[in-house]
Amino acid sequence: MSIQVSHVDKWFGTYKALDDVTLEVPDGQLLALLGPSGSGKTTLLRTIAGFESPDAGDVRFDGADVTGQRVGERHVGFVFQHYALFRHMSVFENIAFGLRVKSRKDRPSKADIRDKVMELLKLVQLESFAARKPSELSGGQRQRVALARALAVEPKVLLLDEPFGALDAKVRQELRSWLRRLHDEIHVTSVFVTHDQEEALEVADTVVIMNQGRVEQIGSPFEVYEHPRTPFVYNFLGNVNLFHGRPISGESLQTEFGALNGRTNGPASVIGFVRPHELEVARVENGSSSMSAVVLQLLPAGPTARIKLELAENGAYVEAQVSQETYRELDLKIGEQVFVKPRKVRVFPEDYSI
Amino acid sequence: MGSPLQTKRRRKPRVIPGFGLTLGYSLAYLSILVLLPLATLFWQSSKLGWSQFWFVISDPEVVSAMKLSFTASFVAALVNVVFGLLVAWVLARYKFPGKRFLDGIVDLPFALPTSVAGIALAAVYGANGFLGGWLEAHGIKVVYTAVGVTLALVFIGLPFVVRTVQPVMEELEQETEEAAASLGAGRWQTFYRVILPTIAPALLTGFALAFARGVGEYGSVVFISGNLPMKTEIAPVAIMSKLEQFNNPGATAIALVMLTFSFGLLITVHFLQWWSGKRVRQLRSTP
Amino acid sequence: MSRVPARRKLATEDPIFAKVLLTVAAVIFLGLFLVAPLVAVFQGALANGVTAYLHAIRQPEAIQAIELTLTAAAFAVPLNLIFGLASSWAITKFEFPGKSILIALIELPVAVSPVISGLIFVLMFGTRGVLGPWLVAHNLKVIFAVPGIIMATTFVTFPFIAREVMPTMQSQGTEEEQAALSLGANGWQVFWKVTLPNVRWALIYGVILCNARAMGEFGAVSVVSAHIRGRTNTLPLYVELLYNDYDFVGAFAAASLLTFLALVTLVAKSVAAWWTERSVALY
Repeated sequence: MSIQVSHVDKWFGTYKALDDVTLEVPDGQLLALLGPSGSGKTTLLRTIAGFESPDAGDVRFDGADVTGQRVGERHVGFVFQHYALFRHMSVFENIAFGLRVKSRKDRPSKADIRDKVMELLKLVQLESFAARKPSELSGGQRQRVALARALAVEPKVLLLDEPFGALDAKVRQELRSWLRRLHDEIHVTSVFVTHDQEEALEVADTVVIMNQGRVEQIGSPFEVYEHPRTPFVYNFLGNVNLFHGRPISGESLQTEFGALNGRTNGPASVIGFVRPHELEVARVENGSSSMSAVVLQLLPAGPTARIKLELAENGAYVEAQVSQETYRELDLKIGEQVFVKPRKVRVFPEDYSI
Repeated sequence: MGSPLQTKRRRKPRVIPGFGLTLGYSLAYLSILVLLPLATLFWQSSKLGWSQFWFVISDPEVVSAMKLSFTASFVAALVNVVFGLLVAWVLARYKFPGKRFLDGIVDLPFALPTSVAGIALAAVYGANGFLGGWLEAHGIKVVYTAVGVTLALVFIGLPFVVRTVQPVMEELEQETEEAAASLGAGRWQTFYRVILPTIAPALLTGFALAFARGVGEYGSVVFISGNLPMKTEIAPVAIMSKLEQFNNPGATAIALVMLTFSFGLLITVHFLQWWSGKRVRQLRSTP
Repeated sequence: MSRVPARRKLATEDPIFAKVLLTVAAVIFLGLFLVAPLVAVFQGALANGVTAYLHAIRQPEAIQAIELTLTAAAFAVPLNLIFGLASSWAITKFEFPGKSILIALIELPVAVSPVISGLIFVLMFGTRGVLGPWLVAHNLKVIFAVPGIIMATTFVTFPFIAREVMPTMQSQGTEEEQAALSLGANGWQVFWKVTLPNVRWALIYGVILCNARAMGEFGAVSVVSAHIRGRTNTLPLYVELLYNDYDFVGAFAAASLLTFLALVTLVAKSVAAWWTERSVALY
């Protein structure tokens, strides 16, 4: 089932949580709502679920307006950040809950409920935990129970609010790829909220980046990462170095310290964005956009090495990321003078605020 | 959660001073004021002997008084479970004018001296009182009946139920109810399948506290009950009348039965609180 | 297409009729059980007008009852205050075996019927009590006299301050105390400058509650007092005495003083609760 959200506004008192939000989730897709806290992503998810009613605009499922429907009538599965498991019920009872509260004519028989729950337990790999209480499970297990509980009512749409937010890093990793595999298996239209860009880029088919109640960009993970449409998106999807300047011709950018290559789009004052891994570090000057810098700090731990530098021209701090191999070849010392050169610059007008 | 270090616990020097002084003083004061007098009661009753004890306890007047105290307290505690839950629900969830006033006044039975409560209830529910008159016209006599005893015990027990249930109601996670709603449960189903089981330990604790308080209650009951032997005499009044006849052993015997009962309930309450607290802690402490 | 949908109910909100019905039911219940008796006290006190009311509370016997009530509270509150602070300190700042038993023992007097609370002192100090012969020999009187009233009152109000201070002190932990000690403060300084200010609202509330119960205790005091007019009557006993004498205006007039005290206690409780909430919210 597809979801259409069009021109939705939501106010909390004088605070505008959602500002003219429009987006579409095609049938069977896994979509991530990505943004910092306070960006409105959870409010949007809750509005799709029916926990919040929009002040303007509407929500449609397969083209049918559900804006006026209550959450119970929308047949959505909702997974809460803190799981919201019924703590007095066993895992089995939790998953069976949605089936047990159906009106008598729709309610499956006891045997059917049992089969269904066991099937779901198998799906979330918790067959042997049916009799446990939520308090006897780990965080990752609770999350899977919450998911199975939401799936039990065969929802047309699955909504997950920060599904891995409360888990530690390792479990997060595992559940992330597990969720992706699960989605490939059951193919129910799913939307999940996250503030972790890595998570969104790794798991989702489509990423929606939100900021201050507005949608900044919608696209595939590759699109939004490689072609960010706004400085916010660029900044949010990874570390970034900033260069202030003004354009001098169609193809180059005059900064305070020299010319940079990059497409410019007109305004008098611009900012160039350069990702750390797109910043070259060398001992010798190499072309006009090469800048003199002093090595401040060396951080070799990790899959790539990071070098923190201070630009000689204006004292700005920049960070470069190089492969371990290059790092070894360079053999830098703290305080050494080197040259940095951006390989790729994304330029935005200065008045864009981040 | 047990850490491996705990298995080899060593005696560490205490960082904060004053342990010996404060604990010593507390124990001494507790012993002199509470434990010693209470021990006297148990010691005195042990001197009674089984047959004498049974003679006092099986006296029809005493039996009737204890029966009334226990049944009226039980019924009053049940009434308070229903209405206490109602009051706690309304105070925890709804907004309405005068809410602060009502929230404050729930504690009135704690704060009002019991003799004042007693004469006030007698005035309101007596034949000349504005509610008593109406009730009597409808064939319900309150004053000098078991109904009056129960009514006074409802008054006394109400804050126990409200004040144990209310904080639990306020801490209920909205997400849990939303989860139930998203799974298709109606409000009523959410109430009895999700909310009620969660607050059940608190309700039970409130019930036990109100029950225990009711059994021992004296001041607020005696004015409305009239203390008619075999009819509206409660157990504490039976102790009083034994004392007035200088029958200390008799008073001690009845007191022993009541104390055993209250302590039993108190232990039950402690267990209930430990049990419900443990369930909450478990859910929060594991990652 | 843009429209503003009518405000709908949230998933966790009750239907409006249920809200109204439940609220009205709760208000009626509280009105009948709590507000009506409150009104009845003042109504009864002023039944014969203000002059009769003032006359009733100016009786020498009434004045004496007030004095004895204040005396009992003047002993019970400070004694239980010191105990409350000492026991809270020992229990919340240290780990020791038997701690939970100690907490349960402190709660004991709450579970004891007021009449039994009086009885145990009769069994100890009465003429037929354990210490009775010795007291008689030394011409000392405890039961049916002021010392008995003070003892019973202290017993009944025993846990009130400790049970308010303890949870607050517990939630404060020991970090601030340790910080103060590391800065060179001694034990007393830590207590006065760090611990006490942190628990002051709970302490004030505990004192108010303890005082209200001390002044209002009826059952226990009733057992150990001889109900002698003008001598061993506290205010709650005086209420009973007048009521049984069919002096209703007098009884309710005396009761109105105690009711006023109860109302002040409730207001003070709300204020203290509000302050605690506020100081927590400020963090």
